[in-house]
Amino acid sequence: MIPSSFDYLAPATVGEAVSLLRAHAGDAKILAGGQSLIPMLKLRLAEPAVLIDINRIPGLGYVEERDGSLRIGALAREADLETAAVVRQRYQILNDTTAVIADPLVRNTATVCGNIAHGDPGNDHPATMLALDATFVAQGPGGTRRIPARDFFLGLFSTALNEDEILVEIAVPRPAERGAGCYLKLERKVGDYATAGVAVQLTLDVAGGCARAGIGLTNVGAMAIEAVRAEDFLRNKPLDDATIEQASEIAASEADPLEDRRGSADYKRDVVRVLTDRALRLAASRAAGARIATPLPFTYSPSQTALRS
Amino acid sequence: MSRHQISVTVNGTAQRTEVDARLLLVHYLRDELRLTGTHIGCDTTHCGACTVLLDGTAVKSCTLFAVQADGRSLSTVEGLELGGELHAVQKAFKEEHALQCGFCTPGMMMSAVALLERNPTPSELEIRQAISGNLCRCTGYVNIVKAIQHAAADMRAARHTPAYVPVQETAPARG
Repeated sequence: MIPSSFDYLAPATVGEAVSLLRAHAGDAKILAGGQSLIPMLKLRLAEPAVLIDINRIPGLGYVEERDGSLRIGALAREADLETAAVVRQRYQILNDTTAVIADPLVRNTATVCGNIAHGDPGNDHPATMLALDATFVAQGPGGTRRIPARDFFLGLFSTALNEDEILVEIAVPRPAERGAGCYLKLERKVGDYATAGVAVQLTLDVAGGCARAGIGLTNVGAMAIEAVRAEDFLRNKPLDDATIEQASEIAASEADPLEDRRGSADYKRDVVRVLTDRALRLAASRAAGARIATPLPFTYSPSQTALRS
Repeated sequence: MSRHQISVTVNGTAQRTEVDARLLLVHYLRDELRLTGTHIGCDTTHCGACTVLLDGTAVKSCTLFAVQADGRSLSTVEGLELGGELHAVQKAFKEEHALQCGFCTPGMMMSAVALLERNPTPSELEIRQAISGNLCRCTGYVNIVKAIQHAAADMRAARHTPAYVPVQETAPARG
């Protein structure tokens, strides 16, 4: 399949890229990893007149902790999250998330910021960023502005980014001392979009109860959903079975899925319930100090024992 | 529509050409350079038959534009063989019968080469994860995994063999 014709521009700075976006307002697309955009161009679901390739702009590929936040630059690849020591150490939820995005070849090219800016409800990082209470830094003609994750996703392929703005950085607040999270996803096969996915980030109090919970849901609505009622319910509660089960029921009720080939709406809501339950328990164990590796996707079973738990 | 001069190194040979912006890297390799070992399978970023190495990293060449490779270095399956000698991964695929129809094989081997460059002692799980972006509809993957384990062992053994070291000049040339 061959995309429609377009003009290809490769600016050397973000400022130049923004000017080009402004000059071609509404008819230009940013090319970062291109792992969603290029398939869309080939299927002619998108036919922009201009592609602005930001891959030649130096200095945007960072994943580093600075001023109390993990900073993820516009050109940081999914594979960079997999290999960054600081992520393994304190942001395991990001390892869990990137591990179930597409496949390793796609992750070598795909960017984390692109996964957010694309606004696809099937993408996995949006729910994780909601759970982590991340902030997105957008650069436009007037400079940069910071957009909280909860204000960013507006609907199907629709975000708070203006036509002349580029998502240049994701800032994830450093988890508290007793803080940890995880991301669990049910997929039909490797690389599939989620039937449902749940991101949980917990901060425990000294007694092991929940001081703060962040919960994001993937692919059960027109956009990633923050399960705010479940989060509120959990605040200052002990993480016992009854509380976890009730919180999971609440999270399921906040999902708004449509029936499709991945299942009925009721089924998907129930998947959210089960995944929220499991994710709360895994996040709580990790927050209490247990070193628990990134879970394998629920479809993936090289030796059957790997999935039993 | 814009056209662009690009310079790329493909399997060690410098290439310079003018391409349409929309020319996909896989079409450049197959149609312009006639390197048809890189296959087009699904054309939708799923199957990995088009896998090549871009500056040593395994990528799907159906989901990159040729213009994006400007100034960079590419390896395709044709570049694995050196001086008539098959690459350890190629030999292992042959010996372990890791292919039936062979369509996925070039991409599968490129993913394997990238893995073994990065991780000389992968576990079975790591191998299966590394090739999870490459679909094979014939083998059930069992012999592919065996072949990659076989190649890993051969490559480790080769590394432990003393390498050829060129004789150093004893005195600097005077001029």
